[in-house]
Amino acid sequence: MKPTDISDPQYFHKVVDCQYACPAHTPVPEYIRLIAAGRYDDAYMINWESNVFPGVLGRTCDRPCEPACRRGRVEDEPVAICRLKRVAADHKGDIKSRMPEIPTRKNSKKVALIGAGPASLTVARDLMPLGYDVDLYDEQVKGGGFMRSQIPAFRLPESVLDEEVNYILQMGVMTHFNEYVDSLKRVLDQGYDAVFIGTGAPRGRDLPDLPGRAAGHANIHIGIDWLASVAFEHVKTIGRRVLVLGGGNTAMDCCRTARRLGGEDVCVVVRSPKSDMKASPWEIEDALHEDIPMFENHNPKAFVVEQGKLVGMLFERVEPVYDDDGRRQLLATGEEVMMACDDVLLAIGQVNAFPWIERDLGIEFNDWDMPEVNKVTHQTTLERVFVGGDAAWGPENIITAVAHGHQAAISIHQYCQGKSVDERPDPQVNLVSQKMGFHDWLYDAHISDEQRHVVPLAEKIKALSDRKLEVELGFKDRQAYDEAMRCLNCDVQTVFTADRCIECDACEDICPTDCINFIDNAEETDLRQLLKVAATQVDQDLYVSEQLKTKRVMVKDENVCLHCGLCAERCPTGAWDMQQFLLKEAKAGV
Amino acid sequence: MTYIRSNFRHPALTPNDKGYTIKHYEGALSTLCAGCGHDSISAAIVKSCYELALEPHQIAKISGIGCSSKTPTYFLGKAHGFNSVHGRMPSVSVGANMANRDLLYIGISGDGDTASIGMGQFAHVVRRNLNMVYIVMNNGCYGLTKGQDSATADLGSAGKKGVPSVFDSIDLCELALQLGAGMVARSFSGDKKQLVPLIKTAIKHQGFSFIDVISPCVTFNNTPSSTKGYEWVRDHLEATGTIDYIPQKQELSIDYPAGTSREVVLHDGSSLHLNKNSDDYDLSCRKSAIDKIETVKMDQQILTGLIYLNQSQPDTHGKIQTVDTPLNALSQDLLCPGSGVLEVLNESLR
Repeated sequence: MKPTDISDPQYFHKVVDCQYACPAHTPVPEYIRLIAAGRYDDAYMINWESNVFPGVLGRTCDRPCEPACRRGRVEDEPVAICRLKRVAADHKGDIKSRMPEIPTRKNSKKVALIGAGPASLTVARDLMPLGYDVDLYDEQVKGGGFMRSQIPAFRLPESVLDEEVNYILQMGVMTHFNEYVDSLKRVLDQGYDAVFIGTGAPRGRDLPDLPGRAAGHANIHIGIDWLASVAFEHVKTIGRRVLVLGGGNTAMDCCRTARRLGGEDVCVVVRSPKSDMKASPWEIEDALHEDIPMFENHNPKAFVVEQGKLVGMLFERVEPVYDDDGRRQLLATGEEVMMACDDVLLAIGQVNAFPWIERDLGIEFNDWDMPEVNKVTHQTTLERVFVGGDAAWGPENIITAVAHGHQAAISIHQYCQGKSVDERPDPQVNLVSQKMGFHDWLYDAHISDEQRHVVPLAEKIKALSDRKLEVELGFKDRQAYDEAMRCLNCDVQTVFTADRCIECDACEDICPTDCINFIDNAEETDLRQLLKVAATQVDQDLYVSEQLKTKRVMVKDENVCLHCGLCAERCPTGAWDMQQFLLKEAKAGV
Repeated sequence: MTYIRSNFRHPALTPNDKGYTIKHYEGALSTLCAGCGHDSISAAIVKSCYELALEPHQIAKISGIGCSSKTPTYFLGKAHGFNSVHGRMPSVSVGANMANRDLLYIGISGDGDTASIGMGQFAHVVRRNLNMVYIVMNNGCYGLTKGQDSATADLGSAGKKGVPSVFDSIDLCELALQLGAGMVARSFSGDKKQLVPLIKTAIKHQGFSFIDVISPCVTFNNTPSSTKGYEWVRDHLEATGTIDYIPQKQELSIDYPAGTSREVVLHDGSSLHLNKNSDDYDLSCRKSAIDKIETVKMDQQILTGLIYLNQSQPDTHGKIQTVDTPLNALSQDLLCPGSGVLEVLNESLR
């Protein structure tokens, strides 16, 4: 193999698995260290700059970082990254003084944001400090979009959302709430320099053709609409027996909300096997904790309506069969199951809809009647219109919407300056040695043996009787510290300088996880097999040095490196050094 | 400020046949200088014992004084250990071995501990062919007392102080050969590929197994002018050949070139596959082995690998015909049969 080019920031970025997996590339280990140090304000600001909604995401994020966490590869559970983020948000002091300054002299560019969800708010956050005039349109009464209407208050208290939405609105965003935009043309006609569409995926799927749908109408609700009605307090009760159809996170929110609105006998029914449910494992766990049973392999056949009132649903049991490629088929068994209920909530998916975009504006629509959006720049075929969040390519999650927002803001800024949107700014990168002295590093290199800490919950009886009572209580100081110490500091990189190495093998001998090898070079596939412990995780890179004096090379399998620094500690010549790698994604104008 | 080795190990590492993981063979974290060759030897011992699936509690590590003799703390933490007096590791080993012949004895010593203060003890333990593994971690200097030349420092070799040694060195392998060791080998701490099979062979050999391991002292004797530094040693190695240790149950799968290649079956049924680099000497002939060491030395090279192996001579227990049962397992009445038996014995001598 060729020597690894560590001057390419993407090499070390990839070693920081959590940050790399995060759509917004938040520097996770950096803020976790700050939490351990009790510097909650600093930890919060690192988050805020990168993901805009630390308090919201610390409660609701889909956490792509956690399955990627290296800790999960050396023991059972990853670091509770998401809940640590919440710690930073909960424990911080007043950070208003640290918000970016908004220029009083504007740059004479006007931007309209349609939809006030996380994507649009991120665009506003990035553009306001640059002097833009930003108009924000939303049909709801407040900003936040689906974060407000879809996520129940017992998971995300309104105060947390308000605080973080307001940080942005208080920058001087001109809000147009309670205003449904029904024509893009009319917006464009107002002479905006750029328009950003962040309208989400607002339409919940229905089962319009199922028998009884029309007759049972009064007691059949579309999940996301129902959640919104609950959030805005148009709906305050539900029947005693509730069926929730669907296996995603919306279904989990629906069933748990139903439990708080008078639903005593609430169950979730899914077509697929439980193992294929789309909901995050922790959300399923939370629902089970609230005594909500889940029935798998039930295909809805009909709404049963008697004397004009919904009395239950008829299902057919199906058998999942997987072919050799893992493709699933649900085979009908003919066995029918009747489930009695008073209300049904449909949480079987949601789709984008753009009835308000005129098709003759120059925005190309694809075969699925969705606008064509550039994957990198978020630009549509109409140059000054950009799309992000769920509106761009269908339902994802908040953190993805934030990442879209950042990228779209870069594009809008480039576009408004007359530059090419294809020119993307580089990230900010820093690599600093952590060596302080003998056995002394700037970071805490000791590897904690603690197992993942469970977040304490509010008492179930209380939680179920109050829709707005937050269920998760968050980590206390000490728990937060212990959990933070589980982080392996993957951003503190092992940097190897071949010409200082005397090949004494000290690093190879001391490495607890046998990552380091001094070996004859070979092609990657062979080399992976020839290491002390075969490097079978091919998505984890091998760090290959220049040729050494003995014609061998140093090969380090990044996979389970604990970043404990013992290689550098035991190196007599300083050929190994521990250097902190900090990558901050580019933002508009920065 | 931390200096603790994590408890995590590579998740893909599996337990050996006895159910032990590599961690069961490790010891405390080394306090030797960073880059010390001795740590590599410790690692090679750990690897050998793990791969041979030895039970740690069936091993006794005995050492004298010196950097080398500190190392038993850094490997086989679950084995028995005795850190004895300077140069007196052999007599403690003899005593322990006499009391319990069933344990595996790993003696760790250095060039000072063996070639200077312990020379007399060394000579006698070799002569008795005690069943033990005797490893000398040989760095040619007294590291613990700031790097003075030891008795194995070669003539003209200079360490950190820059003053060349004025005396000729003692070649411990030659000495062991002359004194009747059953197995003699030399290796280099930086060559685990060679060292690990040698340690395994030494463990399995019934009788005195001697391995002189050149182990650079990074702090005092790793200069370009030293013949015990990493660079010099690497540039001057000449191996007798390669050896593969083959556990009993494993079928031989590699084809070796004929002539220089030979199979040696050890006492427990496991075997060695020797592949000599040249066929000009006989591994089971002392004279031939000493010749080879000297010839290679004349070319300014260091002979490494398995140098001599003789399985036919009995170990100490064989020579003095002790009982098969370890003495510590014999009951009181067998060990001390009482005055009646003494009377009969005395009577027979009158």
